[in-house]
Amino acid sequence: MDGEKIKRLEEKARKIRRHIIRMTGAAGSGHPGGSLSSADIVTALYFEVMRIDPQNPRWPDRDRFVLSKGHAAPVLYAALAERGFFSVEDLLTLRRLGSPLQGHPDMKKLPGVEMSTGSLGQGLACANGMALAARLDGRDYRVYVLLGDGEIQEGMVWEAAMAAAHYRLDNVTAFLDHNGLQIDGPVARVMSVEPVAEKWRAFGWDVQVIDGHSMEEILQAVEKARAVRGKPQMIVAETVKGKGVSFMENMVEWHGVAPKPDEVERALAELA
Amino acid sequence: MKKIATRDAYGKALVELGRENPDVVVLDADLAKSTKTIEFAKHFPERFFDMGIAEQNMIGTAAGLAAAGKIPFCSTFAIFATGRAFEIIRNSVAYSRLNVKIAASHAGITVGEDGGSHQSVEDIALMRSLPNMTVLVPADAVETRAAVRAAAQIQGPVYIRLGRPGVPVLHGDDFHFEPGRAVVMREGDDATIIATGIMVATALEAAGLLEQEGIGVRVVNMHTIKPLDEEAVIAAARETGVIVTAEEHSVIGGLGGAVAEAVCACHPVPVYRVGLPDVFGESGKPGELLEKYGLTAAHLAARVREAVTKKGRR
Ligand SMILES: Cc1ncc(C[n+]2csc(CCOP(=O)(O)OP(=O)(O)O)c2C)c(N)n1
Ligand SMILES: [Mg+2]
Repeated sequence: MDGEKIKRLEEKARKIRRHIIRMTGAAGSGHPGGSLSSADIVTALYFEVMRIDPQNPRWPDRDRFVLSKGHAAPVLYAALAERGFFSVEDLLTLRRLGSPLQGHPDMKKLPGVEMSTGSLGQGLACANGMALAARLDGRDYRVYVLLGDGEIQEGMVWEAAMAAAHYRLDNVTAFLDHNGLQIDGPVARVMSVEPVAEKWRAFGWDVQVIDGHSMEEILQAVEKARAVRGKPQMIVAETVKGKGVSFMENMVEWHGVAPKPDEVERALAELA
Repeated sequence: MKKIATRDAYGKALVELGRENPDVVVLDADLAKSTKTIEFAKHFPERFFDMGIAEQNMIGTAAGLAAAGKIPFCSTFAIFATGRAFEIIRNSVAYSRLNVKIAASHAGITVGEDGGSHQSVEDIALMRSLPNMTVLVPADAVETRAAVRAAAQIQGPVYIRLGRPGVPVLHGDDFHFEPGRAVVMREGDDATIIATGIMVATALEAAGLLEQEGIGVRVVNMHTIKPLDEEAVIAAARETGVIVTAEEHSVIGGLGGAVAEAVCACHPVPVYRVGLPDVFGESGKPGELLEKYGLTAAHLAARVREAVTKKGRR
């Protein structure tokens, strides 16, 4: 694969991680851990994979991305700003009164947000709806979804998984941010979801398991997923919560706590 | 004034109950640290069940536990407890009149920065609409402890609405809590504020402001939305001639709705409802949001002033 492209994307992902730290730091609240764990996936989608036009955010033929794990809003906002949907300066208004950058994504307030999320478990069903509409309208856009590994404890996820396979929605590609942590502790201890790959396969999905921090593997997996016919595709991304900031990595405490000013500095130094 | 979050008082009360009654069990949905059920989990790990991010399953499991004689307390944020799991609450809990207690934290706009998706401003309306359901909205830490203990005594489903931020402690240790019996916090003849939850402290502050202008305001703490203390409502209508309700909730279907229904039927007087005016919340600091949506003492006092001028007109 094109080494230059990979390097460019990796640099972009690092930039997005820096935004995540600055934004949550400025807001004094928010969710750095799960934003950092999905930064590489979201970067790949917005800067290589998806057919989008920031000048025309409601273009009917655009690919869609649904951030089902809506608490990772900072990673989505950072990607949208870097891609030109709105100004990078606006990122620092995260979670402030009157800001379009709500604590959880609000499609009525911010261009580029395809679905309002934040209540876990609902995004895949919405993605399915968009995918069905594409079929009805004869459009070839694709719908990408990002789910958390704690999130898939919600029954509705599996109702949607069943429906996507039943309707052969091969225009749906989902990522599972398999970082092993939720709020009350490790997913395995709170409520095990394993074996995830087998579960999605049993529900009729094409499943790949990749390193969710390898840009090369992410791009290859998307390529393969796009070629699948007659089935929705799940890409199980093995990730590290808090990835890129040593003191946040694999720490459940950093799920929903913002870094303090000195922690922001330390994190930014690591992400330089 | 000392401030304690009602969710903190809940965590403590659960531990107390757990010691006294081995049938008390607790369920949570991956928010134990936020709802404070973690306290119970630490003391009684074998009687605590983290159901993961699966609110519907949590309520259904609680229904089964109750059917087998346990007293389950279920907790998560109010939006997920009453919203996501509503129909399970309706059919498996309320319809079946099972002894399930739903104690939901992070109700209302004082959730703050998480934004509108997480701010439950319709949970009172939802829970109040269910037959067999008792709906309790404690105003402070003392009332929370009492409400939790009362809930354990009540045979049947109970909803307890709890909040995220610290709120002033209004009651002394001698406070007597009786579900369904409102507490007159302060006397007055010119108007009545009927408040619930965190708005009780705000109402007292507003009454203090108005007193300086010579307007005497009765403040009624309606800690039980269902069954509503209609006697206290009718007395307020008859004796003060105008009512302003105050709640950190939509003006549709909550305390304001319940009071208006009672007043219309029994003793019509003007009822002004202070709460969220048929909108969703949004991100912001809790204090900023209370200000924006008029849930401060100054705003409430202004509404009462206006209400007093309309009194007695047809
Ligand atoms: C329906 C619902 N229940 C509970 C929550 C509260 N909540 C927010 S994030 C979270 C944990 C999510 O864990 P996971 O899906 O693994 O996300 P990640 O580790 O990627 O951050 C919970 C319980 C919610 N947002 N929605
Ligand atoms: Mg996770």
